[in-house]
Amino acid sequence: MRPLLAVDGLTKHFPLRGGPLNRTKAVVQAVDDVSFEVGAGETLGIVGESGCGKSTTARLLMHLVPLDHGTIAFDGKAVGAGAGLSRRDLHRQMQMVFQDSYASLNPRLPVAMSIAFGPLVHGLAKSASLARARDLLQAVGLDPMLFANRYPHELSGGQRQRINVARALALEPRLVILDEAVSALDKSIEAQVLNLLIDIKEQFDLTYIFISHDLNVVRFISDRVLVMYLGKVVELGPVDRIYREPRHPYTKALLSAMPSMDPRRRTMDAPLSGDPPNPINPPSGCRFRTRCPFAEAVCADVPPTLTMGHDGRAVACHMLVSGSGHRRA
Amino acid sequence: MWAYIVRRLLYAVPILLGVSMLVFALIHLAPGDVVDLLVPPEVPKEIADSLRARFALDQAVYIQYFAWLGRLLVGDLGISFFTNRPVADELFSALSNTLMLALPAALLGFSLGVVLGALAAFNRGTWLDKAFSATAITGVSLPHYWVGIVLVAIFSVILNVLPAQGMGGSGFPTSWEQARHLILPVVTLSLIPMGVISRLVRANVLEILSHEFVGTLHAKGLLSRRVLYHVMKNAAPSALALMGLQFGYLLGGSILVETVFNWPGSGGLMNLAIFRRDVPVLSATILVLATIFVVINILVDVLQALIDARMRR
Amino acid sequence: MTDTPAIAIAEPVEALRRAQQGKSYWKRVWERLRRDKVTLAMAAILIALLTMVIFAPWFTAHDPYQGSVLRRLKPIGFPGHWLGTDEVGRDLWSRMVYGGRLSLLAGVMPVFLALLVGGFLGILAGYAGGLVNSAIMRLADVLYAFPSILLAIAITGILGAGLKNTILALTIAFVPPLVRISEAVTTQARHLDFVEAARASGAGTMRILQYHILSNVLGPILVYATSLISIGIILAAGLSFLGLGVTPPNAEWGLMLNNLRQALWVDPVICALPGVMIFITSMCFNLLSDGLRQAMDVRL
Repeated sequence: MRPLLAVDGLTKHFPLRGGPLNRTKAVVQAVDDVSFEVGAGETLGIVGESGCGKSTTARLLMHLVPLDHGTIAFDGKAVGAGAGLSRRDLHRQMQMVFQDSYASLNPRLPVAMSIAFGPLVHGLAKSASLARARDLLQAVGLDPMLFANRYPHELSGGQRQRINVARALALEPRLVILDEAVSALDKSIEAQVLNLLIDIKEQFDLTYIFISHDLNVVRFISDRVLVMYLGKVVELGPVDRIYREPRHPYTKALLSAMPSMDPRRRTMDAPLSGDPPNPINPPSGCRFRTRCPFAEAVCADVPPTLTMGHDGRAVACHMLVSGSGHRRA
Repeated sequence: MWAYIVRRLLYAVPILLGVSMLVFALIHLAPGDVVDLLVPPEVPKEIADSLRARFALDQAVYIQYFAWLGRLLVGDLGISFFTNRPVADELFSALSNTLMLALPAALLGFSLGVVLGALAAFNRGTWLDKAFSATAITGVSLPHYWVGIVLVAIFSVILNVLPAQGMGGSGFPTSWEQARHLILPVVTLSLIPMGVISRLVRANVLEILSHEFVGTLHAKGLLSRRVLYHVMKNAAPSALALMGLQFGYLLGGSILVETVFNWPGSGGLMNLAIFRRDVPVLSATILVLATIFVVINILVDVLQALIDARMRR
Repeated sequence: MTDTPAIAIAEPVEALRRAQQGKSYWKRVWERLRRDKVTLAMAAILIALLTMVIFAPWFTAHDPYQGSVLRRLKPIGFPGHWLGTDEVGRDLWSRMVYGGRLSLLAGVMPVFLALLVGGFLGILAGYAGGLVNSAIMRLADVLYAFPSILLAIAITGILGAGLKNTILALTIAFVPPLVRISEAVTTQARHLDFVEAARASGAGTMRILQYHILSNVLGPILVYATSLISIGIILAAGLSFLGLGVTPPNAEWGLMLNNLRQALWVDPVICALPGVMIFITSMCFNLLSDGLRQAMDVRL
């Protein structure tokens, strides 16, 4: 089964300039050698702390930010100048919903126009675009009679995010990236929008990449989950198995930090120690080693690779690779 | 911070080059042959031709430009062909006359501006503030050269207490009689800086007041000296920056007021040069005034960087 | 039951219809403007002024170019010349009204032209970023190195006086500030999320500018341009005052100020009159600009 989206070796470094001649003083290694696949019809969750590179990865996938290294292949076709898929065509297949529902809508346009903009730009006539916009408003649960001519400031956060979803659907994409799409909403609204997303996914036969820092939400909506730390992928696999049995020390710490309603499962010790390091000068070798209770010399020398196991799970840790030099391997 | 200062200083060089190119281009675009501009029309052809050769006027434009630039950099601003004296001499004395107006005008305008602006801010919403707003809008809409004329009309013509024109003698005023000549031009010149500074000070002080002291002021009831000091200290940097810029405008833009009062400053010099079609004097004056303005701008930026760094510590 | 008025039934439908429409930003700005009495008054004054100036022959009795040696410097209230005459014997009121034509033209036209040129360059610089931005802003910086009046004098002083050169000089003087403000607001707008979303929809530069950037950027630029008009009027008159602007025997407020100045010792009050016109016009544009800015500051 060919994956819908195949990402290999994605790398993006941001230079920090300064000094009298505006030289590059340091480099922010935002995303470093990230590889994964997304199968058609599934929901891949991406979790991690702030600054781990989730949003940058999303922007790299959408080609809003130019790549340094790596390849992106959509439905087998490579993306890039000359090769299989052009940027413009990619945007018809893959769309994104942003986090800030208010800032992602042009305050000067009625929302129907914001939704219709995509199809309009790709050649559809204005009346047809607006008609499609009204259909999509219906699909996301907003009555077009009442909402089509409203302006963003006249709507609530949840309504705006529904508009953003409608806009993402306007180009009839196959894959939608949701970058912290529900993070800014109140919990009750968040639940409504999540349910809407699940309905829409089935209705329009979509594939999702769901980025969030909220572990509960990710578990609820994802099939598989990808854990990122400081620009690198540390663990990848089916969501239930990872949540029940995390293998990477970071994933374990992240999950144990989740408060539980179950009085029998209490967190006794602080799962993570030390300060989160700087993406500007990440630690050598394994980037997690400065906070890892099991770090050893080999972790500082050799960066671990993401090794795919036979059960569909992948982990990047020396402890799980026999012969790596780690005592626990 | 030092990196910023160095960059700022280095950046001035292309700007100044651009300014010189602009002035040079204007000279060249002036109607008539360039030599006709540099040399009075009565001069016989052989001399004009030899001048053409000497100033490399028969050569390509960019060579002329570099020749002209070279002369400028050694201080040769050309020869006025009305007085046949070096422009540099006339310009220097004219500039010092302008300074004689600009410095007091700056002091007057800035101090009154700060006081009025602060008063308006501390008394926000009262009739004082509203009067200030009305005055500020009026001040910005008044043509200051017209105010000068009105002042002359009132104080010289009708009341006959102050002289209407001139300096009353050259150089620094040494008598009250001479100093009287300064009053009206200085007041006229101080109007715009006063208006601009007072508006900025009012806005800044209001902003600072809204930040920190609302509760404390209400609790204490009155303004204490410490509050005043803190507010002024925070409002100072941007006010100082604007003052620097306004001083630059005073030096470079004094021509209108100097025309009203027949003051022999740089503006008056430009006026004469225009009247006499004395292109060397005019172009040199414009160039020097623009250069001074650029230098003042840089100083203001550097000072602001220094003050910002100190305040952040 | 009999008292159920038809109005009561109609009302909810009307309210619903209004709620469905949504109020666009510009509509709300217009509504706020309509309620601002000061701005309305200023607009009214300016319209009245414009009417008088355009239809000058209807409002004046004398030829502004026709002087009379016998009637020089007559005071205010002189029979037949209600504002008196100037130093050559021309009716002052006629000179003022006709003079308004050139003064307003020389003050407003440069701002309009500079808005076209400067606005275009600034938006281009703001949206393109990178080298294009640097090139345009550095050029603007060179012009910015001159105080506006100095730049205007440089151009008219060397190229010669006259209405065309005045408009040219002032246009060039006003382009840099308009470039700066256009670039600043466009750069700000470019980084907003909805612009990124528009790019993610696959839109090209022209479409993004048309639908997303322009509507968000024109407001502040327009407000700034309006405030520049008040400066333009003062500067244009100032240039004529120096003899660099409009040439005699044309009527223009600054030129009249210069001519009448020589007669200061004979009739000090007369000299004040052209200046009053400059002042009033400039003030109207200033207050108009302030009102526009306040109306546009709609809290969303």
